[in-house]
Amino acid sequence: MSSESGKQLPENDSAGLNFDTELTLGLPGKSRSTTSDGGAKLGTKRGFLETVDLKLGDKDCVKSDDDVQEAAKSPVSKAQVVGWPPVRAYRKNAMKSCKYVKVAVDGAPYLRKVDLEMYNSYQQLLSSLEDMFSCFTIRNYLNEKKIVDQVNGIEYVPTYEDKDGDWMLVGDVPWQMFVESCKRLRLMKSTEAIGLGEDLNL
Amino acid sequence: MESSKLKREKDSQISDELNELRMESSELKKARDSPISDESYRRSSFPDEVLERVISLLNSHRDRSSVSLVCKDWYNMERWSRTHVFIGNCYSVSPEIVAQRFPKIRSVTLKGKPRFSDFNLVPQNWGADVHAWLVVFAAKYPFLEELRLKRMTISDASLEFLASSFPNFKALSLLSCDGFSTNGLAAIATHCKNLTELDIHENDIDDKGGGWLSCFPESFTSLEVLNFANVTSDINFDALERLTGRCKSMRVLKVNRSISLEQLQRLLANAPHLTELGTGSFSQELTPHQYEDLESVFNNCKNIHTLSGLWEVKGLYLPALYPVSTHLTFLNLSYAVLQSDELAKLLVHCPQLRRLWVLDTVDDKGLEAVGSNCPLLEELRVFPADPFDEEIVHGVTEAGFVAVSYGCPRLHYVLYFCRQMTNAAVTTVVQNCPNFTHFRLCIMTPGQPDYLTNEPMDEAFGAVVKTCRKLRRLSVSGYLTDLTFEHIGRYAKNLETLSVAFAGSSDWGMQCVLAGCPKLRKLEIRDCPFGNAALLSGLEKYESMRSLWMSACNVTMNGCRLLAREMPRLNVEVMKEEGSDDDGRADKVYVYRSIAGRRRDAPSSVLTL
Repeated sequence: MSSESGKQLPENDSAGLNFDTELTLGLPGKSRSTTSDGGAKLGTKRGFLETVDLKLGDKDCVKSDDDVQEAAKSPVSKAQVVGWPPVRAYRKNAMKSCKYVKVAVDGAPYLRKVDLEMYNSYQQLLSSLEDMFSCFTIRNYLNEKKIVDQVNGIEYVPTYEDKDGDWMLVGDVPWQMFVESCKRLRLMKSTEAIGLGEDLNL
Repeated sequence: MESSKLKREKDSQISDELNELRMESSELKKARDSPISDESYRRSSFPDEVLERVISLLNSHRDRSSVSLVCKDWYNMERWSRTHVFIGNCYSVSPEIVAQRFPKIRSVTLKGKPRFSDFNLVPQNWGADVHAWLVVFAAKYPFLEELRLKRMTISDASLEFLASSFPNFKALSLLSCDGFSTNGLAAIATHCKNLTELDIHENDIDDKGGGWLSCFPESFTSLEVLNFANVTSDINFDALERLTGRCKSMRVLKVNRSISLEQLQRLLANAPHLTELGTGSFSQELTPHQYEDLESVFNNCKNIHTLSGLWEVKGLYLPALYPVSTHLTFLNLSYAVLQSDELAKLLVHCPQLRRLWVLDTVDDKGLEAVGSNCPLLEELRVFPADPFDEEIVHGVTEAGFVAVSYGCPRLHYVLYFCRQMTNAAVTTVVQNCPNFTHFRLCIMTPGQPDYLTNEPMDEAFGAVVKTCRKLRRLSVSGYLTDLTFEHIGRYAKNLETLSVAFAGSSDWGMQCVLAGCPKLRKLEIRDCPFGNAALLSGLEKYESMRSLWMSACNVTMNGCRLLAREMPRLNVEVMKEEGSDDDGRADKVYVYRSIAGRRRDAPSSVLTL
């Protein structure tokens, strides 16, 4: 979870690691140590499949520690231990920053809400939106984040309003940064989304 | 907590009267036996009615238990006058036995699962379902008014049954329970016409939406206590506003985080007599005018002594609380992520504080502020904001603990999660605060020694038990040898509850505790090198205890079988891990005394020996 700040960003994008924070998956709601500015200002878009190099391993790595029962001095790694420290499950869940955002779809008469903390990637989020507004399918091309209404063929582009009130294209920034700054989502008709992002292939 | 203190004083007053009565009663007996005229006998006779009256004033269930042991008459008088029954382990007795002994019960407190179920150590379907109890109560206690459950399973069907079976039902409190959804709450709201208390606290609820709150009928006005802080989905605010508006006797209101500051202000405007308040989210962007409104509404709430909630708190808005903070005695900031300076600023305005719960985001500096500003503090709980993140550097240390102890000599209850501790610090703390009754220290890395000296933390806990003679509850942590347990056995003569994890060197440690602590009632142990010898050394002890839990220790199935065979009035339950063999280690053992025999609702993963 530590951010390796101050690292220079590699120019090439091959590994998809366009940011200087080594993003790892922790428990939801974790307060991230401050990420450097580099991520947000990059501006280069990434396709979903490249966004985050998910490092699922760290938390679950079994560290090689001595068995406590052999009266070893080195303590057991917390990551291995069930139910320790003794913090109630309820309290763990309550400390999650409840990141519910409204989702609006142009032309639909109702709003839905999603908890962004429930997802770990744009892929998961959009799949879930697909389930919710089930008449759409998500076109899953690299560099294209379009949602198409099967019935009337209208294309929708997922956008979001960030903390500053600006409307941005979903997918531009690293996932966690998106979660922290997203206030609401809107599936905008493609035709209206012109100007949100130059690279958007409409 | 004040009212329970008053109760205790009242009880001890009554106990004294009772003692006098006892003496008089025995003198009376002597008088009866000696040749005295009828007249003088009548003058000095002690009518049963008076005795009944005195006994009926007893509230403490322990006093009542003592009373019932004096003689048969007293036993009967006690059982007929008891209106509240407390059952610490729902499997220690059956509902039929309870109903037979106590015909006039109006209030029941029931506790179910072992405490370690809070930390996911107990399988999901373990038991402690309340339904069988409700069925008996419906038949025997149709006028039941109160039900308080802790760590029990209660289904929606049971809640519906409850709501429709007891026309006088007044108070429902669910703490750390599971098995129900908001539909069950809807049933309570809909059918309990006389409800005064609905306290839904830290449960595992299947949250299906906030519609349940709208189920209180418009004609319903009796609610005095409403705590739905833990039921997270949005409720209909208009319904809540109308509810609080028409329930003129409401004194406790704890809302969930969906309630904004502006909405809170509207609720409080209608409920200035609240004594306990749990706010919703404390982070809405407020205009200056809205902020003023908030401040002034708090200014009108002169009776609030307990404050909680404060989710997503914005330090900027805390000053709105200052009018209320001057008479606060209990401040629960355990869901409020505050930094040290924010806490410090707030505490300047909380001189009357007796109980404080905080997150460790306040750091040692925040705790210094506690020590400086809260001289009357009796209870401190410091919870970890990020307990599972090994890379977090912040949190509280021994310095904060010591700082509090210097400023708060009346401290008697502490729960302290930290990442480092020293023997010297703990020793200093208990020297400053010798009146601890509850000392729960959790050094979060298992088996961690004194970080300065690298010694075991034996000396620390030794100091605790030697200095704090009134100690009733102790949780130990860090790297501990058998010496800690020798100390506990030798000095902790009032100890009732002991929690041990990743500690000890051999069976001897546990044996010391079992042999040395006469008042021990609950012993819970995990990941310690205690085996069969230790387990079996407590053979005679366990019947005087409520329960024993041992998990990930060195106890084997054979050891457990031997215990079960020797002590038929104990239930010895072993929770089997999947795929484990029968003769090997007994991974999770739960032993408890029972007059109800082995339970019949154990799932297949639980083996009663």
